[in-house]
Amino acid sequence: MEPAPDLGPWTEAALAAALFAVDPVATGGVALRARPGPVREQWLADLHALLPAGMPRRKIPLHVADGRLLGGLDLPATLRAGRPVAERGLLAEADGGMVELAMAERVAGAPVAYLCAALDRGEVLVEREGLALSSPARLGVIALDEGAEDDEHVAGALLDRLAFHLDLSPIGIRDLGDGPYTAETIAAARDRLPEVHIAGAQVDALCAAALALGIASLRAPVFALRAARIAAALEGATEVSDRQVTLAARLVLAPRATVIPYVEPPETEPEPPQPEPPESDGESKSEIEDAPLADQVLEAAKAAIPAHLLAQLRLGGGRRQRARSIGKAGELRHASLRGRPAGVRRGELRPGDRLNLIETLRAAAPWQRLRRSEKGVRSLFDNENGARPKIEVRRDDFRIQRYKQRSETTAVFIVDASGSSALHRLAEAKGAVELLLADCYVRRDRVALVAFRGQGAEILLPPTRSLVRTKRSLADLPGGGGTPLAAGIETGLLLADAVKRRGGTPLLILLTDGRANVARRGEGGRAQAGEEALAGARRVRAEAIAALLVDTSPRPQPQAKALAEAMAAIYLPLPYADASRLSAAVKATAGL
Amino acid sequence: MPVPFPFSAIVGQEEMKLALLIGAVDPRIGGVLVFGDRGTGKSTAVRALAALLPRMRAVADCRYGCDPRADAAGLCEQCRARLESGPFKTRSVPVPVVDLPLGATEDRVIGALDLELALTRGEKAFEPGLLARAHRGFLYIDEVNLLEDHLVDALLDVAASGENLVEREGLSVRHPARFVLIGSGNPEEGELRPQLLDRFGLSVEVRTPEDLPTRVQVVRRRDEFERDPAAFTDKWRRKDGKIRQQITKAQAVLPEVGVADQALEQAARVCLALGTDGLRGELTLIRAARALAALEGEPEVGTAHLRRVAAPALRHRLRRDPLDESGSTARVERVVQELLA
Repeated sequence: MEPAPDLGPWTEAALAAALFAVDPVATGGVALRARPGPVREQWLADLHALLPAGMPRRKIPLHVADGRLLGGLDLPATLRAGRPVAERGLLAEADGGMVELAMAERVAGAPVAYLCAALDRGEVLVEREGLALSSPARLGVIALDEGAEDDEHVAGALLDRLAFHLDLSPIGIRDLGDGPYTAETIAAARDRLPEVHIAGAQVDALCAAALALGIASLRAPVFALRAARIAAALEGATEVSDRQVTLAARLVLAPRATVIPYVEPPETEPEPPQPEPPESDGESKSEIEDAPLADQVLEAAKAAIPAHLLAQLRLGGGRRQRARSIGKAGELRHASLRGRPAGVRRGELRPGDRLNLIETLRAAAPWQRLRRSEKGVRSLFDNENGARPKIEVRRDDFRIQRYKQRSETTAVFIVDASGSSALHRLAEAKGAVELLLADCYVRRDRVALVAFRGQGAEILLPPTRSLVRTKRSLADLPGGGGTPLAAGIETGLLLADAVKRRGGTPLLILLTDGRANVARRGEGGRAQAGEEALAGARRVRAEAIAALLVDTSPRPQPQAKALAEAMAAIYLPLPYADASRLSAAVKATAGL
Repeated sequence: MPVPFPFSAIVGQEEMKLALLIGAVDPRIGGVLVFGDRGTGKSTAVRALAALLPRMRAVADCRYGCDPRADAAGLCEQCRARLESGPFKTRSVPVPVVDLPLGATEDRVIGALDLELALTRGEKAFEPGLLARAHRGFLYIDEVNLLEDHLVDALLDVAASGENLVEREGLSVRHPARFVLIGSGNPEEGELRPQLLDRFGLSVEVRTPEDLPTRVQVVRRRDEFERDPAAFTDKWRRKDGKIRQQITKAQAVLPEVGVADQALEQAARVCLALGTDGLRGELTLIRAARALAALEGEPEVGTAHLRRVAAPALRHRLRRDPLDESGSTARVERVVQELLA
């Protein structure tokens, strides 16, 4: 048996680039997590060198307009030609090639959906501005993820459609080297690819490994399968070897892992991996059970799970729960004058609306000839003696600027899951959080969840609108250990800061008994811990973040009260906190 | 247009497939919503259905593809005008399955002045939009939860009335637009507005299969299809043909399928126990059960039919309890267990 390959991170990244270069469409693309810098530049330059000359490459800037991305009416050309002239969008232009998505971690909503649709269908459908077009758009996507924080990721829907998720951040300049691939080897591999055969058992092994790693989406094993084939083609083979299968598992499956499979030492009877055991292994008509290849693939993938991911997984978080959800466009409140511009809509101009002049003129432009030839219809700008203006603008042309008001509230719950709390009140605290969550749901707030216990605090859930996920994270929250109150407040503040930077309004809801006994450094000591907690609380006040403190102790505690005062929070002892009180308190705090 | 994956080759996802077939048999069901995990083949299933649908007859030179058997109210203006002058000439057309791509502008969805004619000849003519194209067929919106609000409003209006009314540029056009709305999406990317949710007749939740053999089968079939789409489609042609026949037959017998008082009573009791708002739930439940009975060639709706369609017909109509993690499906199933044993 061939040993599982062990590649350095740069070699692995270079291999992913080569695999992508062989077949950009089938692999979907690469999510490239890296700060801009020489390493990323080198990777991209290497990739470009591998692609055939003349292959279209387009860059998609962060705030690309829908029309530019999808295509639409080319107004100047239309007016010049006197007939509708369509303009091809970036996606159609990149047909047969690739696009680079800049600052992919900040792209959400519509552009992500357009990209996903193009990746799924291999074509772009345009139904815009009087045009109905469908143009081929078979392409691969390089998503340049410059996210610095853990909760900044490429949108899940897009990530799911990209075979490779690379993290270049641990790679230094000294690690860079020349890859063994050239444009010629890539081209040869591309020609060979249709003949490459993969054995059924190898497919089974990849599927089994994906399941054992807790990867729900079925796109993952499909991508792994394709990657294995391409790897074989790249090495000049027409049969996929087991080594190439393990390689594919490392590259495609490992970065998607959400659980760490438990693999027994080889002598003992293998147990199904936890926590999602494949149930009916036994009846399977494909010989999956105990297949050494399956174990080998899994082992290889496991070895490739990045260390920081391992840490996250152990803490019970997991990528799956951390995946940032992208908000629904319509859910943002549309204010008429404030906020970020968010497209235009056609409609009557009402008081308080703002006309988008350019778009209105654009809308009016194609119809000028028609209107001029019409007799008897008065234009809005006809002057007294009936002379017509140069440009006829009518009511139908009005385009009204829409704005997204980004001041949505994000309620950050900071839950004390320490032993002192857990003993009596954790269940009740969870109940209280649920009551508050229901309230947040009504107001369409976003919710984030921080828990602290033992040595420190942890973000269980970055801001999300999914209450079901919140509730699930809450239900899984174990109790016990010390009370690192300061760490909890600090983590909450960090989140609040992130919310503010995105233009939202944070609201801290702290559920604790106030008895801090673990200092920020993770050491015990009541005095020190209490001091730090108060310091944190004062920062909350200084930063003018609205806060609510729910005292979870059986009898109201002076510490908790003092803490609430320090952070200028509304203080609510839990024994008296029923649904209506909690709700009223939140409303008061959030200023609603 | 790429070759669609054969409908009969889709592994599992029985509820989704059934809901789509019911929508094909009885368009009055009011649309199908498919919500669920990524990579579960939601779009694949809808596109597969499109390839499967039996052809239909349409008025030969009608731009809206009017139904030659429809009464005056269901026809477009031109066809209505010609109604007197004897039977229509007809042609066989495929059932339209129209994609509403995200980013579509309102003029293309609803219809507007024909840009080409306006520019080249200075003429004013109506250019039908996607709603017209979807008449008598399906309108498919992938990522329906990401659709812009003003488009959603326009859609709902038309879906409810079955008629599209366009008033712009001094043009006043009215044409029939009866379509089955199919929406799909991933709840993690944003929830659906309750008003929209309620308009869908059936709602299906899709999950990724969690057992290995099923997953292996999905991946293998996918791979086989990608390697040689034509051969794969050929291999499944007969099975697809069978389903097509099943739909045709069901459409023909649907009016004859009876609903006994007992079934009506059972449906009412289930809805009452679940506390669904309004009568729409009950109506959809009965209709879906009838379509199912028709699909299975049964002359009458039985308890078993009700049981199978109860969850898709009712789960999105329950008063929402955002924190009930067991979800609406479990609630429906509990009641069904009790009342439709």
